[in-house]
Amino acid sequence: MNNANFTAAALVPQILEGSVRATDVLDTVFATIREQEPRVHAFLQVTEDLARSQAEQVDRKIAEGKPVGPLAGIPIGIKDNLCVRGGRTTCASRILEPFVAPYDATVISRLRAADAVFVGKTNLDEFAMGSSTENSGFGATRNPIDLERVPGGSSGGSAAAIAAGMCVLALGSDTGGSIRQPASFCGIVGLKPTYSRVSRFGLVAFASSLDQIGPMAHTVRDAAMLLNVIAGADANDSTCSPDPVPNYVEGLEDGVRGLRLGVPREYFGEGLAPDIKSGLEKVIHRMEREGAELVDISLPHAPYAIGTYYLIATSEASANLARYDGVKYGFRAKDVKNLGEMYRRTRSEGFGPEVKRRILLGTYALSSGYYDQFYVKAQKVRTLISQDFESAFAKVDAILTPTTPDTAFKLGEKTSDPLQMYLVDIYTVSANLAGIPGISVPAGRDRSGLPFGMQVLGPKFGEPVVLRVARAVEMLRPGEAS
Amino acid sequence: MPVSREDVLHVAALARLEVAPEQVESFQRELGAILEHFQKLNELDTSNVEPTSHALALVNVFREDVPQPSLTQEEALANAPQKAFGHFRVPKVID
Repeated sequence: MNNANFTAAALVPQILEGSVRATDVLDTVFATIREQEPRVHAFLQVTEDLARSQAEQVDRKIAEGKPVGPLAGIPIGIKDNLCVRGGRTTCASRILEPFVAPYDATVISRLRAADAVFVGKTNLDEFAMGSSTENSGFGATRNPIDLERVPGGSSGGSAAAIAAGMCVLALGSDTGGSIRQPASFCGIVGLKPTYSRVSRFGLVAFASSLDQIGPMAHTVRDAAMLLNVIAGADANDSTCSPDPVPNYVEGLEDGVRGLRLGVPREYFGEGLAPDIKSGLEKVIHRMEREGAELVDISLPHAPYAIGTYYLIATSEASANLARYDGVKYGFRAKDVKNLGEMYRRTRSEGFGPEVKRRILLGTYALSSGYYDQFYVKAQKVRTLISQDFESAFAKVDAILTPTTPDTAFKLGEKTSDPLQMYLVDIYTVSANLAGIPGISVPAGRDRSGLPFGMQVLGPKFGEPVVLRVARAVEMLRPGEAS
Repeated sequence: MPVSREDVLHVAALARLEVAPEQVESFQRELGAILEHFQKLNELDTSNVEPTSHALALVNVFREDVPQPSLTQEEALANAPQKAFGHFRVPKVID
């Protein structure tokens, strides 16, 4: 599949000059959806009418010589935990199946103002809890590169939709790797911005101190263009940073000459698939030849990241998901006799098994007698993990790691063992705990032809350097050679 | 780390979840295995470490106390499973 020219960077100028119409781009996308979607199931809802009216509006504005936004006519997929006014937002959960969003998420209002075209709502693990998109209440998504395999998760629908050519850009959300891991599995680019860089207003909460919305795209430049639109202060989210937003496209091509790139030994040890290890080492050495200075670093608390992450994420989730009680919106169990029974039966019938498991785990970690032993302990180790990164970024400009320990696994392979599924996130969760930006960029393919990503981590608000290094990796075209 | 049958039922009651009798054992096993893995954190001495609750230095954000447009009553009730007289309707609370 060659999508080299099916990018926002290539299409926007053509749409602006009138050589390509937004409705033509949309026709291409819908032809691909009709062909691919029955196999891939990337979408929970395709919003063809909305997309068509948005594309026609862009064509009309351009014909009339009116100004249009920076993503004019670009078809985008939207993870179904983001509210789009007047449309269903389900989080791939039965408990939210009937929910119609009464307002737009801030990222959605900004995309409307940018004249993007909303193709549909993409599939996810229920409430973004999972690493394979198999936990969806409405059926799993398949990896378009190999339909027997998972696309990763939880933003698996968004990643698969891009990889299959069913949209040009997509929004995902990342609490512990949910943008970067599926990007790695599907051979695309996925960026988790610094915590607070993008407003979370209208994102259905999973773990509020970790959740972040971010761009998914074919190329680093497209990811930067999308970040330009969605980043920045928001009166509706007091945790959203007021810091000015730079133009993330500027400086992308500056290369790695003169940059100090840290290679943490903890991320290249036991547990990393040999093909990924050797592939990434090749890319890292080419970075050195391009003029980067490689620095051997240590992030000593990396082995504690998974435990810390799952304790904090499940604790926050158990509190956030208390709101699903059948009172104000969503599913309510039938024939209940009293309020207590309504709560219990609504939640028991509405939530899937992984969501229940995490609620139980989080409730346990927060319960009297275990609070200090588990939750407070995890918060303290979170401090140590953040300090590891602070010391590292005193010495280096960015850090290079694998995104995932292995390439995409087969459907059903890890569903019977939740702990094995959690360990898939081993390299990605630390960025969420520390609040730093991380991107996954295609960095090669294993002997079965399955893609894997390089993760580039930067200091808080270091998106420019992260994007610049990722662009340098992309320039080597490591996924296409050999 | 062993998780007892009572632990699962106690936590489920706190979380307002019903766990079917045949599921209790698998939750015991899965939660036990996960918590066992999390015991790894106890290798670290954290007696002099401050907990982090948030990756941001949190500060209060204020705005002028001026009314702004929000959802109408109709919009706020549009998703209600049951409503009556402009309110959310729920089953009887007190018998």
